[in-house]
Amino acid sequence: MSTLVPPQSKRQKRDAQQPREVDIIPSDLPNVLVKFQASDTGESVGGSIRVPGAITEKQLEELLNELNGTADDPIPYTFSLETEKDLVDIKDNLYASVLKPGLKTTEDFLTLVYTPRAVFKVKPVTRASATITGHGSTILAAQFAPNTSDKLVTGAGDSTARIWDTNTQTIQKTLNGHSNWVLCVQWSPRGDVIATGSMDSNIKIWDAKTGDCLGTLSGHGKWISYLSWEPIHLVEKGHKPRLVSGSKDGSIKIWDTGSMRCLMTMSGHSSAVSCVKWGGLGLIYSASHDKTIRVWDSKDGKCLQILKSHAHWVNHLALSTDHVLRLGAFDYKGETPKNEEEEKERALKNFEKVSKIGGKLTERLVTASDDFTMFLWEPSKSNKPLCRMTGHQKLVNHVSFSPDGRYVTSASFDNSIKLWDGRDGKFISTFRGHVAPVYQTSWSSDCRLLVSCSKDTTLKVWDVKTRKLMSDLPGHLDEIYTVDWSVDGKRVASGGKDKSVRIWTH
Amino acid sequence: MPQNDYIEQHIKRHGRRLDYDEKKRKKQARESHKISKDAQSLKGWKGKQFAKKRYAEKVAMKKKIKAHEESKLQGPSKPKEDDGEALPTYLLDRQQQNTAKAISSSIKQKRMEKADKFSVPLPKVRGISEEEMFKVIKTGKSKSKSWKRMITKHTFVGEGFTRRPVKMERIIRPSALRQKKANVVHPELGVTVLLPILSVKKNPQSPMYTQMGVLTKGTIIEVNVSELGLVTAGGKVVWGKYAQITNEPDRDGVVNAVLLV
Repeated sequence: MSTLVPPQSKRQKRDAQQPREVDIIPSDLPNVLVKFQASDTGESVGGSIRVPGAITEKQLEELLNELNGTADDPIPYTFSLETEKDLVDIKDNLYASVLKPGLKTTEDFLTLVYTPRAVFKVKPVTRASATITGHGSTILAAQFAPNTSDKLVTGAGDSTARIWDTNTQTIQKTLNGHSNWVLCVQWSPRGDVIATGSMDSNIKIWDAKTGDCLGTLSGHGKWISYLSWEPIHLVEKGHKPRLVSGSKDGSIKIWDTGSMRCLMTMSGHSSAVSCVKWGGLGLIYSASHDKTIRVWDSKDGKCLQILKSHAHWVNHLALSTDHVLRLGAFDYKGETPKNEEEEKERALKNFEKVSKIGGKLTERLVTASDDFTMFLWEPSKSNKPLCRMTGHQKLVNHVSFSPDGRYVTSASFDNSIKLWDGRDGKFISTFRGHVAPVYQTSWSSDCRLLVSCSKDTTLKVWDVKTRKLMSDLPGHLDEIYTVDWSVDGKRVASGGKDKSVRIWTH
Repeated sequence: MPQNDYIEQHIKRHGRRLDYDEKKRKKQARESHKISKDAQSLKGWKGKQFAKKRYAEKVAMKKKIKAHEESKLQGPSKPKEDDGEALPTYLLDRQQQNTAKAISSSIKQKRMEKADKFSVPLPKVRGISEEEMFKVIKTGKSKSKSWKRMITKHTFVGEGFTRRPVKMERIIRPSALRQKKANVVHPELGVTVLLPILSVKKNPQSPMYTQMGVLTKGTIIEVNVSELGLVTAGGKVVWGKYAQITNEPDRDGVVNAVLLV
């Protein structure tokens, strides 16, 4: 089912015929006064500087690197202008994005907020490098290891999970033990163990290297709907990261993966828990079919807040720090830390890089619901939503924050994916192209690309900057249920009803 | 035809006979004797029927016994065999239609719709000859002219109908045989409602009868369903809907019809 671009509407055709505005920068543009301000700490660099009004983004970047003393190892930046209300991104040059639309005049003092971009670039995936068969049934979940794209774990309807070596494209280990579908798999942020949750309402912990079952966590009454590991920087010294699980029976349990015991059971939801995430600030967020989102304290299991705004099931929630919590102490290079302290330190550094805004650690939350809307929250501040994101015409199944927390994407059953501003929840764009419900999306770690999987048997790669379809990846024979982009950006894995795992590369 | 559940009601009110259970038990106990007697003595067609029934019963029983024995042999539960229906968590609570099924059913639906334009609950009707339909009325002073006809079937005449002058009226639709309402059954809901007839859409016998509004078995009529509160896909209230006459109105004196949905 490759996509046919729909015929242009009358309005589009008319617009296409209109004379286009040409970006000519006037030659007599005066200089403007600017100030650079870091987006994370809020500190300004270099005082006020007089720059030409037509300065480009590239030149701004060079200037800032010079000021920061990183000229020999330049860091790419994005710039945005601070206005009274919000931030306006500067694209291409200052004149085109600020002066020409009349946001500010050349007389005004401009404050430019800068954010470092990913220093590496993920190439868009364009082809299937492998189709690996082996699972006897529908593939329900897939996840790459947090440190490398060589390892992949998938859970399937044949009640096994499998660890794949994506270099040789073979099965490395088959994790037998569950007696029903394996619904969710989560790689621990250390990369050494895997947790799988199953339809048989048990959770199993596996050694990622040997494939041995380290323990079975049973206690839930119904199937496991979501698993989440404790962030590395919160793990107590000498302990193993804990695990939180949400179940259809409406309870949330915290497990000690060292002694394989249940530490806490939080039962506040009156219906199935659809998603649970362990945030980087020590809070546990859970979304449920009882229309509420609850925020729990991970220390004592107290319910700190109940977020009520949705009118129907809450299907999924995403944190602005999701990606970095998954990474743990690793970065895109995948270097292993030497000891526990260094690991913790690096994890905290990673976390702060993303979550620090204006000198404060913040964690935003976006929730998707059956009522076709999403809400953006900041639970540490208030139990009122920051923004209600409307626009989808059918239920929203999946939301994800971009790794830097600046964008949010939502996958909906109305065949579209929408892009939103991750900071204030404003609508940015719609990606249309799928011809059936979109199930999941996954970001590349440099935030430039997005891959989506759909019922229409295709994956699609979208360019976030141009807001266009970059590549269409047909190949699966049936619905695709899960997709994951590896942390180093080299590979994308997808799996679905056709029982084969596909690995996509550039 | 049972008029009501009067037997049940009677039992409720007065209870059963005092020896009901005893008799029932005895009858059951004697049943094997009766079967044995039948098996030995029934001949001919009845014997054949009996043997067939007996055989089917025995096969069913043997199968059941075998299944029971096998279930005892089986050990603890094995990993669940794949039935090709595994679903990710986000689809588990949703009412999912099997896609293959959905496609095939949608194709079938489309085919049905195509044929539906012409398919009705009563596809075939008995032909009615003109002799049966019309009674010749003799006119003239010496009753020698016979150009006038009277319809012998029930008819529907629209509202505000006035008969033509006697001199001109070739076809008479007797006012005693005129019908304004029909008992319409909704086939899915299983309710019957008396609804006003709006028009006669098609009489399968002849287009001429359609024009004259003759109500015979199989005729498609339009009825006013505003009382039923049916709503279109777009949300508007439907008020005219087609129905097909299911009885011979001239035999029963009423019009019964089934709604075409």
